Amino acid sequence: MNDNNQKDKEGLSRRQFLTYALGGTGAFMAAAITMPMIPFTVDPLRRVGAGNFVEAAKVSDFEVGVPKKVEFTVHKKDGWVESDVKLSAWVLKKQDGTFLAMSPICTHLGCQVNGGKEGDYFFHCPCHDSFFTKDGVPKPGVPATRPLDTYAIDENALKEGKLALGAISQRKA
Amino acid sequence: MLKKTYDWIDERLGVTPIWRDIADHEVPAHVNPANKMSAFIYCFGGLTFLIITTQIISGMFLAMYYVPDIVNAYNSVKYITDEVLLGQIVRGMHFWGASLVIIMMFLHMLRVFFTGSYKAPRELNWVVGVLIFMVVMGFGFTGYLLPWDQKAYWATQVGANIAASVPVVGPYIRILLVGGADLGALTLTRFFAIHVFFLPAALLVLLGLHFFMIRKQGISGPL
Ligand code: HEM
Ligand code: FES
Repeated sequence: MNDNNQKDKEGLSRRQFLTYALGGTGAFMAAAITMPMIPFTVDPLRRVGAGNFVEAAKVSDFEVGVPKKVEFTVHKKDGWVESDVKLSAWVLKKQDGTFLAMSPICTHLGCQVNGGKEGDYFFHCPCHDSFFTKDGVPKPGVPATRPLDTYAIDENALKEGKLALGAISQRKA
Repeated sequence: MLKKTYDWIDERLGVTPIWRDIADHEVPAHVNPANKMSAFIYCFGGLTFLIITTQIISGMFLAMYYVPDIVNAYNSVKYITDEVLLGQIVRGMHFWGASLVIIMMFLHMLRVFFTGSYKAPRELNWVVGVLIFMVVMGFGFTGYLLPWDQKAYWATQVGANIAASVPVVGPYIRILLVGGADLGALTLTRFFAIHVFFLPAALLVLLGLHFFMIRKQGISGPL
């Protein structure tokens, strides 16, 4: 009874005060140590952005109707490793003269598709057996559900007869 | 000589009661294979720990030669395999051990499941067990990338894209896991750090909890 009254009067017992003070200091120190780790870890989030256009081929290189593989080099910074990376695109010149530049990366889980197959399905992915038409549309029922991704094509370069490729984007399923 | 050294230390620090307290406990008859051979199923947990110990030891020694850099990782693993004395053995221990841990852990889990040992009051230890399971899968996933060969690269590519298929946050998880838009130098260093520092730390804490709870609660009774 007496004890309780005293507590009420003082508001905070000595023991409780010490617990809060030590706990608070401890929490502050723990936070001070761990806070810098969070931005440190999520740094890659601010580095992913769109790239520039790179000249890959000449417009006159292509015939209508059959996808052709073009290889081109992009200067790439991967952490502290700078290198010229070889990329490739399967380029289809369509009936109306427009171009479709497809990434060879399988839209299932990211393996490389092989092109040039006979029959209805021009592309085949060896990893889990996905097939795609020459427009990059997946065969119904295969693991891949999206068409092959496409490179952006620089319209201005196109007028000068050059095929310049840019960022990769997805097409709708 | 050894006995004298021990006595000298014990006189000053009284270590005997400490280890006796840990080591002296009865093995119940129903878990002792010497009584009944079929009780060997109770050994699976201990065998999992034995293999994890060899993984930690072989891993520490592999780290003497391995470098987690995209230019040299493959060559350093090749050097371990082809040139270092008994390199194939040490790498082989770590390679085969990785699968064996998972097999043993699974057998242990099946034992716990079929003897009903996860029931009250041991539910918490099942929960810790599931966390251990996830950490060990993490070891397998991150370790697989380290040799930086074709198999490693494409398997990780597939794994990262599976992570990216999580609704809404998937693409961000992928960037954080891979350390950028594409697999590369930062992926290898991340996976190395996770494999060699983060996961072992998590595993040791979880195993500590696991073993503490076993000793506190005792092994579950006979069927
Ligand atoms: C349950 C525990 C562990 C599992 C399941 C595991 C799994 C693996 C796997 C699958 C590989 C690839 C092996 C290969 O293809 O050659 C690997 C490599 C490696 N691990 Fe572990 N690991 C474990 C613990 C550890 C620990 C504790 C360390 C170090 C402290 C470590 C260090 C390494 C190193 C340096 C490599 C690269 C060398 C190589 O690839 O041969 N591991 N691990
Ligand atoms: S990655 Fe191409 S089919 Fe799975």
